[in-house]
Amino acid sequence: MTTELEPRTFRVTRQDLVAYAEASGDHNPIHQDEQVARSVGLPGVIAHGMYTMALAARFVEEHAGPGRVVGFGAKFVKPVVVPVEGTEVVVSGVQEERDGVATVTLSVTCDGVDVLRGCKATLRD
Amino acid sequence: MPVDQSLVGRSFPPTGAVEVTADRVRAFAEATGSSYAGGPAPATYPIVLAFEAMNAFLEAEQVDLFRIVHGEQRFAYERPIVPGDVLTTTLSVTSLRQIGGADIIGTSSEITDASGALVCTGTATLVHRAGE
Repeated sequence: MTTELEPRTFRVTRQDLVAYAEASGDHNPIHQDEQVARSVGLPGVIAHGMYTMALAARFVEEHAGPGRVVGFGAKFVKPVVVPVEGTEVVVSGVQEERDGVATVTLSVTCDGVDVLRGCKATLRD
Repeated sequence: MPVDQSLVGRSFPPTGAVEVTADRVRAFAEATGSSYAGGPAPATYPIVLAFEAMNAFLEAEQVDLFRIVHGEQRFAYERPIVPGDVLTTTLSVTSLRQIGGADIIGTSSEITDASGALVCTGTATLVHRAGE
């Protein structure tokens, strides 16, 4: 059985990245400081890859319920650039059940471009 | 300076045991616009533990955090993390290759509970852009 999950749009601001740095312990300055980000060849302040992945996880768990994910992974193929005015990340997903195992294949985009690739969650019953 | 090839296969000392509290899980959930009312932590919460181990590894190898971007992340969960868990993380370097002046570092972080049982394995690919 295949179910399309309703897409969701998440707003991301630099303030969110500060809160996430505090909560996760990841204080890499490329997520806060424009100058540092540019000095290592990035286009500007970028979201933590794990911030974007947390949004994808939130999408899955708000749909499936907490504590059901047994496997979760993604490749970070494009940075989510967060300008001063903020940006938006759009998450959509398709849930498939086969042989009693449910998987959610996610599409995560920013400005219409995929930022995660191979983003997939496996769920337990 | 490129990362030393002899790192592959090496395990780093486990992090100190960290107790998971509802407050910390709530702060993590709220930082991504979610809420938390107790029970299993969000699926990406193990990164808090894995990140601490990664930071210790980078410091030990004198690699600057600001030169690192995350290439890939996977989690395999034995069970969800819940408040009250006392967790320890052991990181090992599983692969290392150089592409276009960047080091691509593969790591695996095993998160175990107070009884020693495996809770979650996080595997990460870190991209390190060495300075001039």
